[in-house]
Parts: sequence; C-alpha cells; structure tokens
Amino acid sequence: MIEIKNIEKSFGGTKILKGISTVFETGKTNLIIGQSGSGKTVLLKSLLGIHTPESGKICFDGRVYSELEPDEKRELRTEIGMVFQGSALFDSMTVEENVAFPLKMFTNDNKAKIKERVDFVLERVALTDAHSKLPSQISGGMQKRVAIARAIVNKPKYLFCDEPNSGLDPNTAILIDNLIKEITEEYDITTVINTHDMNSVMEIGERILFLKDGLKAWEGTKEEIFRTDNQAVVDFVYSSNLFKKVREAYLKD
Amino acid sequence: MLREIFIKQTKWSVMKKLIFKEIDDLIIDSLGIVAFISFFVGGVVAIQTALNLTNPLIPKYLIGFATRQSVILEFAPTFISVIMAGKMGSFITSSIGTMRVTEQIDALEVMGVNSLNYLVFPKIIALLLYPFVIGISMFLGILGGWMAGVYGGFTSSAEFINGAQMDFIPFHIVYAFLKTLIFAMLLATIPSFHGYYMKGGALEVGKASTVSFVWTSVSIILFNYILTQLLLGA
Repeated sequence: MIEIKNIEKSFGGTKILKGISTVFETGKTNLIIGQSGSGKTVLLKSLLGIHTPESGKICFDGRVYSELEPDEKRELRTEIGMVFQGSALFDSMTVEENVAFPLKMFTNDNKAKIKERVDFVLERVALTDAHSKLPSQISGGMQKRVAIARAIVNKPKYLFCDEPNSGLDPNTAILIDNLIKEITEEYDITTVINTHDMNSVMEIGERILFLKDGLKAWEGTKEEIFRTDNQAVVDFVYSSNLFKKVREAYLKD
Repeated sequence: MLREIFIKQTKWSVMKKLIFKEIDDLIIDSLGIVAFISFFVGGVVAIQTALNLTNPLIPKYLIGFATRQSVILEFAPTFISVIMAGKMGSFITSSIGTMRVTEQIDALEVMGVNSLNYLVFPKIIALLLYPFVIGISMFLGILGGWMAGVYGGFTSSAEFINGAQMDFIPFHIVYAFLKTLIFAMLLATIPSFHGYYMKGGALEVGKASTVSFVWTSVSIILFNYILTQLLLGA
C-alpha cells in the first residue's frame, strides 16, 4: 500500500500539486486520471522519487520516503517496477538483456537462473520470439510488453505505469491493460497507472483518482464513476458521445 | 556530479563489461582517425619546416628536430585532444543526452541504479588508456614526418633521425603524457555533464553536443596553457 499525505510541489513559482492525499491499495489497479497539466505526471514522478515534494509524506507500506537514508531509498527503489510512456528500453541492449538488467544489477543469481526467470516473464507477456532483437527492431506494443517484463522481472512490490497505452492501437491497448491487471492480481502488487485513456478507466480502473488543477477533485471506483454527479469528472470522462451513451445505458440498467 | 560518479558503485560484474564497451567505443574506434591525422600532419610539419629552411647554413637535421618537438609537445597531446573533443565528446554527449530524452536515465534511477556512476565512471576508466592513443599519435606523426622528409627529397633519413634524437629531454614525454591524462579527464567529464543535465528533445541533443564540444575544446586549450606554464615555464 502506498499512502500519500498532503503532497505539494511547485515549479518556477507555479504550484503544480496543491496538497494531494490518497491511498493506493495493494492488489488493485489504481488509476490517476485528469487533463493534461493537471499534475498526473508530477505526482507519479514524486512517487518515484524523481521529483522531491516541498511538503507532505509518501509512505510505502509504512516507510516514509523522505525520512529514509540514501541507501534505504535505493533499496526501496529495487522494489519498484516502472513502465515509462515511451518504454525507456536501453537501445544498446537486446530484449533479453533489457529484461535481465534488474536481475544482473540487484541479484546474485547465476546466468542459468537469470535466463530461466527472463524466459518466464517474457512468456508471461507473450513475447517468446524476440529475445535477441533490439528495441528498434520491434513494434511499439512489443516494446511496451518488454517494458512490463523488465518492470516485473525482479518481483516488485510496486508497479508504476505512465500512459501505458499511448500510441498503441485499441486491440494492443486492451491487451496491455489486461496484462497489467492480471499481473497486479497474480503478484499482489500495488499498481499505480497514470492515464487519460478512458477505455483503461472502464476496463481496469479499480481505484480512480481524478486530478484537476493540482487538486484531488474526486476518487472512487469505476462503478462509482458512472454514478458520480461531480461535474468536473463527468465533463472529463464523458466528453465523447460514445462514453455519454455508455453512461446513460449503465444508469438505465 | 563528480562525487556521485564515485559513490555507490555498480556491481563489478556489470561494470567490467561497461568498461570494455567504452574502451571499444572511445579508444579502439578512435585509433583509425588518430592514425590518419597524425601521419599526415606529421608529414606536413616536416614539409613546412623544410620549405622554411631557406638559409643553406641551417642544417637539415632541424627538420627531424622540429617535427619531433611539434608532434610530442603540442600536436599529439593537445590538437588530437581537441579533435577528440569533437569525436569522442559529441558521441558521449549525444548518447547520454538521448538516454535522458528517452527517459532511460530515469529508468536507471527508478530501478535504484546510480546512473552517474553507471554512465560516466566506465568512460573515465576507459579514458585512462587515452595516453596510449596519444603515444600512437606521437609515433605516427614522427613516422609521417620522416616519410615526407625522406621520400619528398627534403632531407636524408640519417639527417632526419639525427635531428629527431638531438637534445632529447625525457621530461617532455612526462609533460606530454601528464597533460594527456588531464585532457582525458576533461574529455570524459565535460561531455558527460552536458549530456546528463540536458533538457528538451532531439534538437537539444544536437545543441548540447555542440556546446559540449566548444567547452571541452576551450578547457583543453586553457589547461594546456596552465600546465605548460607550470611544468615547463618554471
């Protein structure tokens, strides 16, 4: 479980996060949604330790990040898996080397054991024939699956995904969504996904945090998002006619 | 930045491979261009010296002497380093800068890897072999001068070799390799700094490479002046 309390962050005098508090539950897919500029990415990067909030606390299962020693922070980071928006695979390494990287860095496993684990996770993300290919030789969807494999290979406790569906076709996007949800449940990890893809909200949004202008404007489940009368959420989530009709049909039932 | 490079070391089994890769990328891959430039510039130095020795009272062995002094004292350590600021420096800045732009450095940090150590430390270690490149440059520069002088008909082989051996001061070699080591550190750290701390996209990677080349060259020239004053001027 990740608990954040009253997080504030500014850039160049402009306050981006204005005191956000919430809880990201273990074993569930926690989504952060909101318009561009609402503070989603800043919040995610603050959770990852890439940005340092000016005030507030981030607790990883009771461990307050800002109170940890540098070595403890690095140790905690080895428990984190991250899927970046652009996959962030290492260009000079093959798919297999990319996935094996966290194991080589942070475990004392021998080559055979690393190979076995890499094969297992690549099979888990349905990529069995790309081991020796470079990231530039595979499609965007495959790159995302490699990024997920790399993120889970070291059995993380926390999985963060920044726009995991951006740039993907609808079929691949659903595959990636379902894969993340399955992995979250299978390994009982705390997953936080930053997205503005409404399909993802409807498919895998077990806990949803809606940000508006750096504030928590709403939070709830995907069932609750259909019934909410929060105008900011309604305007954002049901901005397309298709989703308006989906909501109307849901409410009629 | 410098402190971060040396603390929290990457696992030796991983670091070893990174160092060998950097030796290949930075040292081995530079040998061709260094050999080519050194050989021909050494030849040009010999020809230019010969063409300026118009007074028949000035002995021809000065061609060998001038070539040796120019190549060992300045051409090989300093001007090859300025050229390497362009070749190695832009490679280092653009490769680290691209990793920054594509969030690969963020990925390393999020995993708990000390990205500065992972990316910059192997380059510093690899460039400890840089004096080896400059040694080759010195040898080929003088060889080029000898070939241009002898086969161009400007001097005899014996005269050139006599001049190349005349008044040899071993400390000049120490001076040349000492400043080469300082330049190696500049070549590893300044381009890395510009790549690591860059912001923006692909266009900014190009700009960062240019800026890093300018600052590395300026630093090399300035340090060359200071070291020459300190080591030879006293």
